[in-house]
Amino acid sequence: MNLLDVTGLDSYYGDFQALYGIDVSVAHGETLAIIGANGAGKSTLLKSIAGIVVPAHGAIAIDGVDVTRLPAHRRVTAGIAMSPEGRRIFPSLSVEENLLVGGHARRPGPWTLDRVLEKIPLVGDIRTKAGRALSGGEQQAVAIARALMSNPRLLLLDEVSLGLAPVAVEKLYAALPAITAEGTTVLIVEQDVNHALAVADRVQCLLEGRTVLEGPASRFTRAELAAAYFGLSDGSH
Amino acid sequence: MTGTIPSAGFRVARSTRASKVGVVVALPVVGVLVAMPYLFPAGIQQSLVQLFILIIMGTMWNLLAGYAGMVSIGQQAYIGIGGYGLVAAANLWRVDPFLAIFVGALVAAIVAIPVSFLIFRLSGGYFAIGTWVVAEVVMQITSRIPGLGGGVGMNLVGMTALAPTRRIAYVYWLGLALVVLAVVVTYLLMRSRLGAGFTAIRDDPIASASLGVPVTRSKRLTYVVAAAGCAFAGGLLAISTLQVKPDSMFSVNFASYMIFIVVIGGLGTIEGPILGAIVFFALQQWLSALGAWYLVILGVVAVLLTLLLPRGLWGLAADRGVRLFPVGYRLILPAADVRRKA
Amino acid sequence: MDWINAAAQGVLLGGFYALLASGLSFLFGVMRIANLAHGASVVLSAYLALWVLELTGVPWFVTLIVVVPLIAALGWVLQLSVLNRALERGGLAPILVTFGLAVALSSLIQELFSADSRSIPAPGLGEASIAVAPGLAIGVLPLLTFGIGILVIVVLQLFLARTRLGRAIRAASDDASAAQLMGIDTKRIFALAAALAMATVAVAGVVLGLRTQFTPVYGNLVLIFAFEAVIIGGLGSLWGTLAGGLILGLAQTIGAQIFPGYGVLIGHLVFLVLLAARPSGLLPKAVTA
Repeated sequence: MNLLDVTGLDSYYGDFQALYGIDVSVAHGETLAIIGANGAGKSTLLKSIAGIVVPAHGAIAIDGVDVTRLPAHRRVTAGIAMSPEGRRIFPSLSVEENLLVGGHARRPGPWTLDRVLEKIPLVGDIRTKAGRALSGGEQQAVAIARALMSNPRLLLLDEVSLGLAPVAVEKLYAALPAITAEGTTVLIVEQDVNHALAVADRVQCLLEGRTVLEGPASRFTRAELAAAYFGLSDGSH
Repeated sequence: MTGTIPSAGFRVARSTRASKVGVVVALPVVGVLVAMPYLFPAGIQQSLVQLFILIIMGTMWNLLAGYAGMVSIGQQAYIGIGGYGLVAAANLWRVDPFLAIFVGALVAAIVAIPVSFLIFRLSGGYFAIGTWVVAEVVMQITSRIPGLGGGVGMNLVGMTALAPTRRIAYVYWLGLALVVLAVVVTYLLMRSRLGAGFTAIRDDPIASASLGVPVTRSKRLTYVVAAAGCAFAGGLLAISTLQVKPDSMFSVNFASYMIFIVVIGGLGTIEGPILGAIVFFALQQWLSALGAWYLVILGVVAVLLTLLLPRGLWGLAADRGVRLFPVGYRLILPAADVRRKA
Repeated sequence: MDWINAAAQGVLLGGFYALLASGLSFLFGVMRIANLAHGASVVLSAYLALWVLELTGVPWFVTLIVVVPLIAALGWVLQLSVLNRALERGGLAPILVTFGLAVALSSLIQELFSADSRSIPAPGLGEASIAVAPGLAIGVLPLLTFGIGILVIVVLQLFLARTRLGRAIRAASDDASAAQLMGIDTKRIFALAAALAMATVAVAGVVLGLRTQFTPVYGNLVLIFAFEAVIIGGLGSLWGTLAGGLILGLAQTIGAQIFPGYGVLIGHLVFLVLLAARPSGLLPKAVTA
């Protein structure tokens, strides 16, 4: 049984249909990278899984349990956590308080405040800094650490590299193995294809709300990926 | 790709079919209203004056809240200034009461200017309470000014020369003139650039400011106009009841009435407050036997309407495109066969 | 000596105003709602306490056991049913809704209780005083209300800063949708915040009843004083509200010392001057530890 099964998902971004009958499956412990250009529907997909967007049609299941109609705040207890688009760090809370809020749901597991501060680089150094005073890279580290605090089974990472300096992106991706080593299943959405492929077991490419490519990351050449990403292939699925 | 942009032939209109019909219907209605004193007994005229006062208050409150986005629960300050201004000018300076009403409005407008500088530092709910504090201060000061009758108030003298029927008729015509003035001024203001500016400000204040919409000046102008309008309402109240007292002229109940009228009738339209005032007036007559319970009912109704019917009763019609006083612009596209194919 | 006495009274009065204002300040800090029904709620609590007292004959502090949970529950229900929806609608809706509630509530009080002025009896407490210095006597009741005011604000502040639910409230206040991603049920958290705010309102109401004679329309005055304290002190800060209350209290008592009978008006004028000079208040900041 897969940890995550999304079937036939139609989701809207306002009045605009962002996803057309999307299917996604993620096995336990695997890392799936969803890539695609701006507007391909990647973030809407993650938001649908996290529960902030309610899909018009389709189903989302965690370990076979249907969670499609479950409100967002209950999906955390079900084991889904997200580092959201734009990071959304609570500005009036300190870094440590942000992390503690991440653990609000009190799910049991290996990730405690001390462990997170130790294992995620950078976060330990800034634990007393105010949320509103963080740089982009610091915010992203805190956002991921915060999501870990709920001991998720499925970690959703939305556009982690967006707006960050290359050095910061390197540091973040370097920390990912520490997370997956715990057995956490990761679904990562990225425009930065190189980094995504470096950490992913499987890759799925979206174009204008539909899947155009899907399979083990090692199977595809750069050219095939580029073609799928930009929709250059005619006639094929 | 097929293009669906019409090559030419769209036009921009300001009036609607309903408004054109409205103009035709309005003239005889106004005619009948003008002729009222000759047609109906004095009691009807006095009731209508009460209605006119409510319409003026509602129209002014809607100008502030519905168009300029400022919720005020302190307009009673200017109602009181209007009433007291009229009576003071008539009693102390022997001004004809029918002209003295302008004294009240002028004083209100003058007071409103420095007040606006103060309270514009607040926003939202705190702005609302701030207007109320100002009203309290104005009431306290007014009741302490020597010569204005203190806590007991004053009676309006100088009207005894007129026979009652004549006096009631003159007050009625004054009220009719003022309510038409209030509605017409509001209508013209909102049709002008000021009104368009407010729509922009409502959508995005920062973008509007960067495009040159004078946000603060527009709000200040609106605030001053609303103050003068409320002062006219106060003056009308004073001249029809022939007395002023601090508790009654500065009562916070006026704030309640204004909010109910606009919430019931419809925020952000000219027609809304008129409809709301009529409904509120009727409710006041029917429910007055219930004592304070009628305010309880009104309070609950206001809450329900705000949540369930935010555009009020007139909103039901406006949603279908009916506008008697159109302030916006409509784009009329040509027929479909003028489409161009790429 | 009169001046020192007036100042002492002003400080104690200020603590009382801070207590009156704490619910208003807290609700605004969390949800940006300026609760126009605040004053009516305080007076409702006072009448409720009076009713319990007349029904059962228990001393005044026992009435808190009934009044605080009841009024807190009222806040919970109102938030879930009405205020959350008003917040979703946005714009003028929250103000109009709380105003409608204020009118309904104060008219309800007028219908249920007579217009006579009442107060909550506290045998012995009202007259007792402590001689602090020669010529300076501090009433026990004002001292008690001052103490309760400080205590309430400290407790609220500690709750927000140190507890899991307090953090959740602050997070939801910063970014409700992100808070949901943390597993926080924002609708319920806001209901909790409303219940807490109303709990302080209940305490303030009982204390009000002890201190003064009140009537059904007294809520107007309460709202104005609470609002002035919040604005003087700075929006969103409970400590600011405490400071604002103190300043308002001092302005009123020292003003009354100079111009007898004009105390309240001078308080208003000081408020307006401060509003002109320092519009963001003395200690403005978001609700933090």
